[in-house]
Amino acid sequence: MMTTEQQVITIGMIILGTVLTRFIPFWLFPADKPTPAYIQYLGKVLPAAVIGLLVIYCFKDVSLTAGNRGIPELLCAGITMLLHFWKRSMLLSIAAGTISYMVMVQMVFQ
Amino acid sequence: MKNNNHLRAAFRAAFPHTIPIMAGFLFLGIAYGIFMNSLGFSAIFPILMSMLIFAGSMEFVAANLLLLAFNPVQALLLTLMVNARHLFYGISMLDKFKGTGKKKNYLIFGMCDESFAINSSVKVPEGIDKGWFMFFVTLLNHSYWVTGSAIGGLFGSMITFSTEGLEFVMTALFVVIFTEQWMSQKRHLSALTGIGISAACLILFGGERFIIPAMLGILGVLTLMRKPLEKGEVSTA
Repeated sequence: MMTTEQQVITIGMIILGTVLTRFIPFWLFPADKPTPAYIQYLGKVLPAAVIGLLVIYCFKDVSLTAGNRGIPELLCAGITMLLHFWKRSMLLSIAAGTISYMVMVQMVFQ
Repeated sequence: MKNNNHLRAAFRAAFPHTIPIMAGFLFLGIAYGIFMNSLGFSAIFPILMSMLIFAGSMEFVAANLLLLAFNPVQALLLTLMVNARHLFYGISMLDKFKGTGKKKNYLIFGMCDESFAINSSVKVPEGIDKGWFMFFVTLLNHSYWVTGSAIGGLFGSMITFSTEGLEFVMTALFVVIFTEQWMSQKRHLSALTGIGISAACLILFGGERFIIPAMLGILGVLTLMRKPLEKGEVSTA
């Protein structure tokens, strides 16, 4: 077990690491200098890809071979997506997807 | 007073976009506070960590790190790896954060997954100050997370849960933002690259270590596709 001082240093390192990953791009490519064309291109195409990465990131603890085999997660992600294609209301899609999931894990897949 | 009005307008425009995150962050924040409480940390730990780190998944990892032997270099390297995806967020926001003045430092500091997802995808309404809009999105999300952690840390032992599955609100949020982007874009190569390569890497490398290979893969494919993508229109805005 660490001393309180060591815990504070450890937390400091985690803060430092997080801040670094957030600030580095802005230090490397300051606003007052022209950003290289390649980085500008990445800035345009990356957001769509990164949101895709975030969707998959939510499934990182889901196992396809154990437990519910990811069935409730995939089903409810599908419900959310279809509802959004249909009604295009952010809150409705999110609420319906989340409530379906809660019902499924609490009552259907136990 | 004019100054006050445009702040209020930006706040009013930003708040609705953060409502799903309020639900998610209060819940996850409370869960985090309870978790820290159960590990024997006083409430000040989750509160300060949520304020100063503000990276949900890393804070759960941090809780476990604090119970191991003291190794600050390992803590730093692990953080850099878990949070490496922020590098992509930064590159994506270089342009959007331009001209936001002093707020820019806070926008960057508070750029968690959820704030990035909203600020990068929402079209700020006509007449609303873009910088203040993004500032309030970030600040509201930050305050939900700290409030949740505080509640969990202070009252954790008193709360009993019947809310299993509520954490799916975050997944649903990202799925909706993904769908929204899909509907507003004519070309889907970038979105398909992101989801396809990440899914392949998750299956190949597992949940603990798929992010770095996925990021490299996405970078590689998007670099190879630069010519064809730039020839067509790359409207991702």
